Amino acid sequence: MFDTLKMKLHQKKQYIPDIKNAPMRTQFRGLPVLNNSICDKCGKCKDVCPTGALNINPLSIDLSKCTFCGACKNICKNNAINFSSYYKLGTDKKEKLIVTQEITQEEYNKRAIEVRKEIYSVFNRSIKFRQVSAGGCNGCEMELNAAGNANFDMGRFGIDFVASPRHADGIVITGPITKNMAYALEDCYKSTPKPKIVILCGACALSGGVFQESSELNREFLNKYKVDLYIPGCPTHPLTFINAVLDFIRKK
Amino acid sequence: MNYYTMKNNERINLLDIPTIDFNALTAQLAASNLRPVSFFGSDWGENIKLYVILADDENKKLLVTSSLINKNIKEYDSITKENHQYHMFEREFYEQFGIKPLGHPWLKPVRKNQDNYEFFEMQGDETHQVAVGPIHAGVIEPGHFRFMCQGEKIYNLEIMLGYQHRGVEDLMLKKHSNQLAESICGDSVIAYNMAYSQIMEELSGTQITPKAKLIRRIALEMERIAIHIGDLGAILGDIAYLMGKEVYGVTRTLVINTMLEISGSRFGRGLITTGGVNFDIDDNLSKKIVDILNNVKNTVEKMTHAALKSSTVMSRLEKTGTVSLETATELNLVGMIGRSCGINLDSRFDFLDDFYKDLKRKPFKATNDAYSRFKIRYKEIIESISFVKKFLKVLEKHKQENLCVSTKDLIPNSFAISIVEGWRGEIVHVATTDETGKLSRYKIKDPSFNNWYGLSMAVRNNGISDFPLCNKGFDLSYCGFDL
Repeated sequence: MFDTLKMKLHQKKQYIPDIKNAPMRTQFRGLPVLNNSICDKCGKCKDVCPTGALNINPLSIDLSKCTFCGACKNICKNNAINFSSYYKLGTDKKEKLIVTQEITQEEYNKRAIEVRKEIYSVFNRSIKFRQVSAGGCNGCEMELNAAGNANFDMGRFGIDFVASPRHADGIVITGPITKNMAYALEDCYKSTPKPKIVILCGACALSGGVFQESSELNREFLNKYKVDLYIPGCPTHPLTFINAVLDFIRKK
Repeated sequence: MNYYTMKNNERINLLDIPTIDFNALTAQLAASNLRPVSFFGSDWGENIKLYVILADDENKKLLVTSSLINKNIKEYDSITKENHQYHMFEREFYEQFGIKPLGHPWLKPVRKNQDNYEFFEMQGDETHQVAVGPIHAGVIEPGHFRFMCQGEKIYNLEIMLGYQHRGVEDLMLKKHSNQLAESICGDSVIAYNMAYSQIMEELSGTQITPKAKLIRRIALEMERIAIHIGDLGAILGDIAYLMGKEVYGVTRTLVINTMLEISGSRFGRGLITTGGVNFDIDDNLSKKIVDILNNVKNTVEKMTHAALKSSTVMSRLEKTGTVSLETATELNLVGMIGRSCGINLDSRFDFLDDFYKDLKRKPFKATNDAYSRFKIRYKEIIESISFVKKFLKVLEKHKQENLCVSTKDLIPNSFAISIVEGWRGEIVHVATTDETGKLSRYKIKDPSFNNWYGLSMAVRNNGISDFPLCNKGFDLSYCGFDL
C-alpha cells in the first residue's frame, strides 16, 4: 500500500498537457519537405524506395505508400528530399496525401481534414472504435495501444477502443488486409451500428505498403465501403492518430 | 550422420551440403536428440530439396544436411511420431510442398485452408466450447482460440493461426528490402532487420565495421528493454494491477523515445541497413542514453519491488500456467519462454561473437509459471541495461570508423544462416542463392513458431479467466508465425 503510494509520488504527472501542440523530437521523420528545383532527376530515390511512393517529375511523395524509412533522403546528393518533424498527417481524402514542393506545412494542415457538421454534431465529445488488425505487423497496433497510455491518454478526449463492434462508432483498420482476414473484417464492419466510420491507419492499410505486391492480399473491402480518414505512418505515431481523430470530430 | 558443420552468420557453398537419402534422413532425425532449428523445402529443378539445420547445443555448433526428394513421392513416414520437436516443421513442410507425413498425430493447416480446419472436440456432461477471435477484445493481432472447458476449467486450447499470412517468404524473393524485413514482425524490428542484413552481408561477402555492429547490438538490447517493460505492464494490466500497468507503460515510452532520438522512429525503423547502420551515436547522445537508462532502471526496480510485495499480484502469478521442463523440452520451446521453463538457450551466448563474449549474466532460477515469466523479463531488463552501457563504452574506441560500407552482388550458389536473439528468442533466417546470384529461397522462423504450443500446454487445467494472464506472459507473435 505504502509502496504503491510512494510509486505514485515518484511518478508525478506524466501526461502531455496540450496534445495539439505537443513538441516532437527533431529526429522524427514526418511531413516530407521537397525541393524540386535542385532535384537533378537522377531517379536514384525512386529505385531505392521500397514501396514506389516517389515520383520524380515533378518530385512528389505519396504518403499513402511512404514508410518514412528515409532511404530516399539518404541517397539524394542534392539534399532535395528532407523530412520535417511535423506529425499531423491525417487527411480525409487519399489525393490529399500526395506531397509536392508547393505543399508546405500550413498548406497541408489547412486542407487536410474538412470540418463536417454531421460528424461533429454527433461525435464531438465521444467516439469509440473497434480496431481490426488485418495483417498488421503489430507496429501500428502497439502505437494505437500507446495512444491510450498515461502519456498520450486519448481517453480524456472521449476517444477509446472498445471490445466489440456492437459498441463502436467506427472501425480502425491496420495492415494490408490479407485474404484470410477479409471475411472477418467485413463481418466486423457489418456488425457495427450505423452511422459508422472507417479509418485506415498506417502505410499497409492505406496502400498495402511493403506488401502491395503480395498475392495473399484481398483489398476488395476498400472498393466496397467509403473510408473517412486516412492516417499515414509506418507505424502511425500516437500523436498523428490522436490529432487526426480530434480534427475529424471537432469544429476547428 | 552426414552433416556439414557451420557457424552462425556464415556463408557456405550450397553444393558443400551433403545430400542423403530421404528415408534415411527422417529415420535419423527421429532418433536424434539434436534440436531442430530449421526444416524447410526448396524447389530444386524437377525435385524438391529438403534442408535441415540442427543445433548441437553442447558443442555450440550448427549442423546442416539436405535431401533430394522426387516430386512423385507424395508421402513419407512422419518424424513427429517419434520426436515431437518436428511437429510444426512437418505441418509447414506438408502445407508448402504437399508431401504427407504419414502417422503425424496433429496434421492440421498452418497458415492456409482455414475453412477446412477441424477442431479437436471433447464431449460429455457440462463440457462446452469457447471460441475467441480472430478479432480479439484488445488492440492486438488476429488469431482464433478454441477452448474446451468444463465449467471454468480449460481442458484443451487449440490455436488456429494464419490470418496474418502475407506471403513474406515469396515477397522476399520478388523484391527484398530492409523495410520489408522490418515489417515481418513490427515488434522485433531491430532483430528481424539485423538477421536480414547479416544474411545479405554474408551472401555478398561484405565486412561491416565493428562500430556498425555495436550500434546494432545497442539497438537490439534497447528493443529488448522496451518490449519487456511494456510486457510487464501488460501482465499487471491483465490482473487489474493498474498502477503497474501505467508506470511500466510510461517507462517504456522513455526507452522508445530514446530509440526515436537515435533513429527517427520509435521502433528503430530505418536504423539498420545492409552494409551497416544509417545513424551514429555521438558522445552527447551516448551520455543521454546512459542517463535515461539509469532512470529507467530505478523506476523498474522500484515498481517491480512494489508489485511483487502485493499479495494480490503474487496470488495471481504464482503457480498459474505452469509448463514443466519435460514438456518444454519435448516441444522445443526457445528463447525467453524457454528460459522461464528452465531451458538455458540464448543464441547471443550460445553462438558468441566478439561483443557478447566478455559479458556476464546470472543464472535464472526458473519456477515455470506466470511468476517465472514475469521475473525473467525483469532480470533481462536489468541485464540488458548493463549490456547497453558496456557497449556504449566500447563504442568510444571505434569513433573514427565508418557507419556504412557499400555492398556487393550476392555470390551464386550460396547458403547462409543468421540467428539473432530477439526479445522473444532466436529468430532464424536462412537464404540460398541460385547459379545467377539471385535469392532462390528465403526461410524465416520466429520463436513463436516453437512456442505457440507451449501456451496451449500452459493453460491446461487452469481457469479460463487466467488465459489472458498466460497469453500476455508468453506474448507470442501472430505475424512472425503467419509470415
